[in-house]
Amino acid sequence: MSDVRLRGFGWRHSGRRAWAVRGLDLEIRHGERVLLLGPSGAGKSTLLAAIAGLLPEDSGESEGTIAIDGLDPRKARDRVGILFQDPQTQLVMARSGDDVAFGLENRGVPASEIWPRVSDVLDRVGFPYQMNRPTSALSGGEAQRLALAGVLALRPGLLLLDEPTANLDPPGAELIREAVARATGPDTTLIIVEHRVAEALPLVDRVVVLEPGGGVRADGSPDVIFAAYGDKLADEGVWVPGFHASPLKATSQPTADLVRTERAAVSGRLDPVTISVGGGEVLAVTGPNGTGKSTLALLLGGLLAPTSGRVEAFGDRRPPHRWRAATLTGRIGSVFQNPEHQFVTSRVADELALGPRRLGRSPAEVTRVVDELLERLRLTRLAGANPYTLSGGEARRLSVATALATAPRLLVLDEPTFGQDRRTWRELVDLLAALRSEGHGVLAVTHDDAFVRTLADRTVPLGAPRPDPLPRRLRP
Amino acid sequence: MGAAVTLALQPVADPAAPLARRNPVAKVGAALLFSLPLISTLDPLTPALALLVELLLLPFFGVRLGVLARRAAPLMPAAAGILVTMVLFAAERDGALLVSLGSIDVTTGVLATAGALILRVFAVALPGIVVFATTDPTDLADALVQNAKAPARFAIGALAAFRLVPLLGEEWRSLSLARRARGIDAGRNPVAKMRLFGSTAFALLVGALRRGVRLAVAMDARGFDSDVPRTHARRQHFTLPDAILLAVALLTAIAIIATSVALDVFRPVTG
Repeated sequence: MSDVRLRGFGWRHSGRRAWAVRGLDLEIRHGERVLLLGPSGAGKSTLLAAIAGLLPEDSGESEGTIAIDGLDPRKARDRVGILFQDPQTQLVMARSGDDVAFGLENRGVPASEIWPRVSDVLDRVGFPYQMNRPTSALSGGEAQRLALAGVLALRPGLLLLDEPTANLDPPGAELIREAVARATGPDTTLIIVEHRVAEALPLVDRVVVLEPGGGVRADGSPDVIFAAYGDKLADEGVWVPGFHASPLKATSQPTADLVRTERAAVSGRLDPVTISVGGGEVLAVTGPNGTGKSTLALLLGGLLAPTSGRVEAFGDRRPPHRWRAATLTGRIGSVFQNPEHQFVTSRVADELALGPRRLGRSPAEVTRVVDELLERLRLTRLAGANPYTLSGGEARRLSVATALATAPRLLVLDEPTFGQDRRTWRELVDLLAALRSEGHGVLAVTHDDAFVRTLADRTVPLGAPRPDPLPRRLRP
Repeated sequence: MGAAVTLALQPVADPAAPLARRNPVAKVGAALLFSLPLISTLDPLTPALALLVELLLLPFFGVRLGVLARRAAPLMPAAAGILVTMVLFAAERDGALLVSLGSIDVTTGVLATAGALILRVFAVALPGIVVFATTDPTDLADALVQNAKAPARFAIGALAAFRLVPLLGEEWRSLSLARRARGIDAGRNPVAKMRLFGSTAFALLVGALRRGVRLAVAMDARGFDSDVPRTHARRQHFTLPDAILLAVALLTAIAIIATSVALDVFRPVTG
């Protein structure tokens, strides 16, 4: 049981001109369960880090006060647990049980009490394996569930969840929400930052909307908040519940195949697949994790050689993976799941100019393409920024723009809408629909049902569905 | 790369073997006490005897010869390098002439010196390879903290960083593919290859640093930086057999050197 009081709280990271959060007055009482909302850039994650006592005093400037049970958050750290996005950077140990024990060791819990507590909390979050299960053998959802167990083992009075499902596929996200619901009782105060609002709502009884630029815009029960502010929040990119996008399907028949596979497979990663993508159509590849969706995207993107079967494209005698890189980018544009992997320069504009330059386009032509793309993807304001400093949505738009810069007829995207706010989502969908009507072929690997429903002309499901997402842990 | 790294880091021995079961700190200490004295001499007999002892001890560590050979494979290029360097550049070329390659005389003396150096490389490296093949990294970190009084911040921190190493392999692959997708390849140009390698390595480093920072924050959020004295969920014990292992390792090394001194083949490095 913990309460949180903020009085005029503000925080500015060193070296930044703008305040991440400012003028925040907020009171959260024992056992309340709060969803923290706001457009991206409203400082939600910074606020959670401040409440968790994880902002070192010398890392920025603060104003106002923040208190956990009347204490400075840096002194109340043993009352607060926080779960972050990425399970890979939260797990410490090689074996699952050891990882949960790690926090208990740090807090000086006597050795005799550690293992019963570990076993107990693993049961509570529904961890399905033995304690000696290697953490490297866990799926994303399982690993995040283990990370949650590691946090809950410390019995925090206040639990903070910072977009805990953002890096997970839908079944993995479901595992985490289930585990949170099972494992937190009425005596745990809960604060969640989560942009999949509809899914998070069953876990909360209060919604607080932060105003970008400072203060609280709205605060109350979910029904009241979404009735009053739903449309405005939706415009700002928040995934408010009850979202429906009208389908955008191809209006004409696809042209001849741009790329075709014939029983192409990669041993150990992808079973034989025969598919084709024509100009003017959007093909969605769906299916659970581990069925080789991303591998298929690499095959079609000319980035990987099949170990059996064939891939042919653009009537070329050579398979795409044998093409020179410059030839490849002129024909097929690939957009990776992690946008940052694709950035190779230190300015947004250079990033866009790179492809056309390598194809030997004239400087005037390069400038025209760059300006047009900056405009089309709302990046003009950021032309001089370093790509690594962009927000998630901006980085995604830039990674798509870089693939478009060489005007390839075929676009291969891996989870293009993953973790995007509603506004970026809408823009991506509209952009891909426009590209389709210009005759481009699009293949998207995706978990996003709304994306498939709205845009896909054809869907290719890979693999078999996974068994029960919530198996019980076997007792040794 | 990912699979190879994992392979080289995981213990692969029978954990119940009598010496594999010893305390990890004792094993590391014994490996150091045994192999460091060997560096003091240049003769071929000392490392040959040491290698003999090491191979005889293998079964007690539960390590099969094939596994050892695979793990020691990276030493082969080093051995080949020594041989080539010695044949080309050795100053002393005494002993019988075997072959004359142009102006290069390959003599028995040159081959003996090269052979001694290669034996040394293997004799010094094998104890380390055997110890890491039989030691779980978690156990080693625990023993370092509990028995060698190493700071937990260092030992457990290193262990956590260690867990991220296999991810670097995947990350490298993604970065390389993403560069090709962006239209960047080096073709046959060696300068372009170096530049591409450099830029990919830089991106990998940036990613690794960010991940490291996030991991450190998550660890501190679970009390890793608290002032409370840490407890230990897994006990590591340093017992009499561990002390004996250390003593025997040192005594064996001394006995081997004494033998080579007695046979008058000992050639101190500082001679």
